[in-house]
Amino acid sequence: MDIFLQQIVNGLVLGSIYALVALGYTMVYGILGLINFAHGDICMIGALTALTVAQALAAMGLPVPLVLVLAALTAVLVCVVLGVSIERVAYRPLRRAPRLAPLITAIGVSILLQYSAALTWGKQYLAMPELVKPGEIALGGVHLTDLQVFIFLLACAVMAGLLWFIHSSRMGRAMRATEQNPDVAGLMGVDVNRVIAFTFLLGSAVGAIAGMMVVLYYGVGHYFMGFMLGLKAFTAAVLGGIGNVAGAMLGGLLLGIVESLAAGYIGDLTGGVLGSNYRDVFAFLVLILVLVFRPSGIMGQHTGDRA
Amino acid sequence: MVRTPVIRASLSFALALFLGGCGKDAPQPGSAVVVKIGAASPLTGPQAHIGIDIRNGVQLAIEDANAANIEIGGKKVKFELVADDDEANPTKATTVAQKLVDAKVAAVVGHFNSGASIPASKIYSDAGIPQISPSSTNPKFTLQGFKTTFRVVAHDDQQGPTLGRYAAVVVKAKSVAVIDDSTAYGQGIADAFEATVKAAGVKVLAREHTTDKDTDFKAILTKIKGTKPDLIMFGGIDPQAGPMVKQMAQLGIKAKFMGGDGIQTPNFIKLGGDAAEGVMASIPGLPKEQMPGGKTFLEKYKAKFNAEVELYAPMGYDAVMVFIDAMKRAGSTEPAKFLPEIGRTRYLGVIGPIAFDAKGDLLNGPITIYVVKGGKWEALETVTPEGAPAAATPASDAKK
Repeated sequence: MDIFLQQIVNGLVLGSIYALVALGYTMVYGILGLINFAHGDICMIGALTALTVAQALAAMGLPVPLVLVLAALTAVLVCVVLGVSIERVAYRPLRRAPRLAPLITAIGVSILLQYSAALTWGKQYLAMPELVKPGEIALGGVHLTDLQVFIFLLACAVMAGLLWFIHSSRMGRAMRATEQNPDVAGLMGVDVNRVIAFTFLLGSAVGAIAGMMVVLYYGVGHYFMGFMLGLKAFTAAVLGGIGNVAGAMLGGLLLGIVESLAAGYIGDLTGGVLGSNYRDVFAFLVLILVLVFRPSGIMGQHTGDRA
Repeated sequence: MVRTPVIRASLSFALALFLGGCGKDAPQPGSAVVVKIGAASPLTGPQAHIGIDIRNGVQLAIEDANAANIEIGGKKVKFELVADDDEANPTKATTVAQKLVDAKVAAVVGHFNSGASIPASKIYSDAGIPQISPSSTNPKFTLQGFKTTFRVVAHDDQQGPTLGRYAAVVVKAKSVAVIDDSTAYGQGIADAFEATVKAAGVKVLAREHTTDKDTDFKAILTKIKGTKPDLIMFGGIDPQAGPMVKQMAQLGIKAKFMGGDGIQTPNFIKLGGDAAEGVMASIPGLPKEQMPGGKTFLEKYKAKFNAEVELYAPMGYDAVMVFIDAMKRAGSTEPAKFLPEIGRTRYLGVIGPIAFDAKGDLLNGPITIYVVKGGKWEALETVTPEGAPAAATPASDAKK
């Protein structure tokens, strides 16, 4: 039982990171109908930026909380600038183009970001300095660290803030209007370009925070880390119902738990035929099953094709 | 850092080679037979410091041999270095191999990477030119059935059993869990470890797999935690091992941790942080300070290149000496004539006694177990793969 609970805890922490990244996918999809495959790599840039800043500042001997805040701010700033410029340069000119064109462009941008990062940071694994030694919390047989609790709570706070923002603020209302019908929203006086740019800004900022959590949690960063992270988060977004913000959070948490349990029990269930290295297979099996049986995801409404 | 003097040294060495090359045209008194020795390793790129180290070792051996005025088959011999850069790239390695063959080298020391040594070995084999790799540890290298292929370093299939014996006999682990990264290297070393500990009566409680790209091991570690092993062995490399030991600490797993040479790196300690403390790992070869000829060699190297030995320079040096030793016994510098003699080598080199088995692997190549202590790798002890003293009795005349 302890082992089972521990796997659930592992899954929740992993899932909250997926959920944060999934938000970026789902918001952009909701408004543009575009799957921004570069989003995982934006998170990677955020992660590596935070890592570099933290390394430099920690070496200067600044106090740890200040290092963390400055690293997070720099990462968010870099990602926001990057996300908004990508939208402006790569996606806006293609907004009226057939759907395939921006999708292929997104993959191109993703590769561009990966190899720019490889040139900037090199191809080796980079170590995040251990700023705070995570304190252990033992609840019965379940081991937690304060870092895990922090990641989970921060993710919940960001998600709650985002939900509130979309449902209660003026900009949030404009985002929802644009999502329903960009043309009509434009006629009603919503500056659609600004709203879309703002969506990228928000998604990239949340992605930067997710990226920083990854390097804090695992202690390593790598130019290719955004690829798998992005794919998993995309799966989470589809699982929850792509385009639905609350669904992305639910999907992320669920996917994290599915993965943890799969890795923990797949060997026993299959009598050792499949090992825990097949856990990614499970994540993507979930994607396939959702697409086959409930393409609109858990929380997505079936809207039919927009004309 | 260390690299600048190495580069400076190699530049001055290149200059020396150039100047030396200028005088070459004039026939020397008693005109010696010129024998070319090839050296192939990465001289540029991220692994250049290790490749230049090997090349320097070869260079030193050639200078020592020339200073000794060696006569082979009654003729005075002058050795000449032909060094080339394989960029640690398998494709480039085959080009370099062909270039060396075309330059009519008598023998080749190289390459550094297994990935480069293996494709290149076919070209040397076709040309009948003997090759000794100072550092390639992939078992496949000598399993291709080539008569020209040798290495002066223990291979990966010897590391797994060594680690296994160490875990069972010295650490006295009663139960273990084994994880591999699903690569040829990781799985190979983990399988060999598992078989050895099982034979020694140690219980294998779990066998888990991850990949060489993953950084999240919480799920498999949680599963392993439930089985309460004394020790966890990981077959893989440092980008996974570092986060793995960190996550073990976070999960409150107190088991000991060990791995092969893939984790015996400074980077592992950086990635693992405090959790790296007490981790054990093996690496082929003796610690360079403890090599029989180590102290003299390190001093000579430092005096010549104004740099510290990185890793495989002693192996590069010995490889040349093994060739020359075989040439002496064969009384010829023709590859076809002295090649059979290499297999019969009994030579005491810098790294210790050198002899080869039928495949061309180093007999009883020593393996050293290291432990992380105070944030540094420290040598614990050196064992031979068979757990026995070295079988090769070196010839007395071999070493000056």
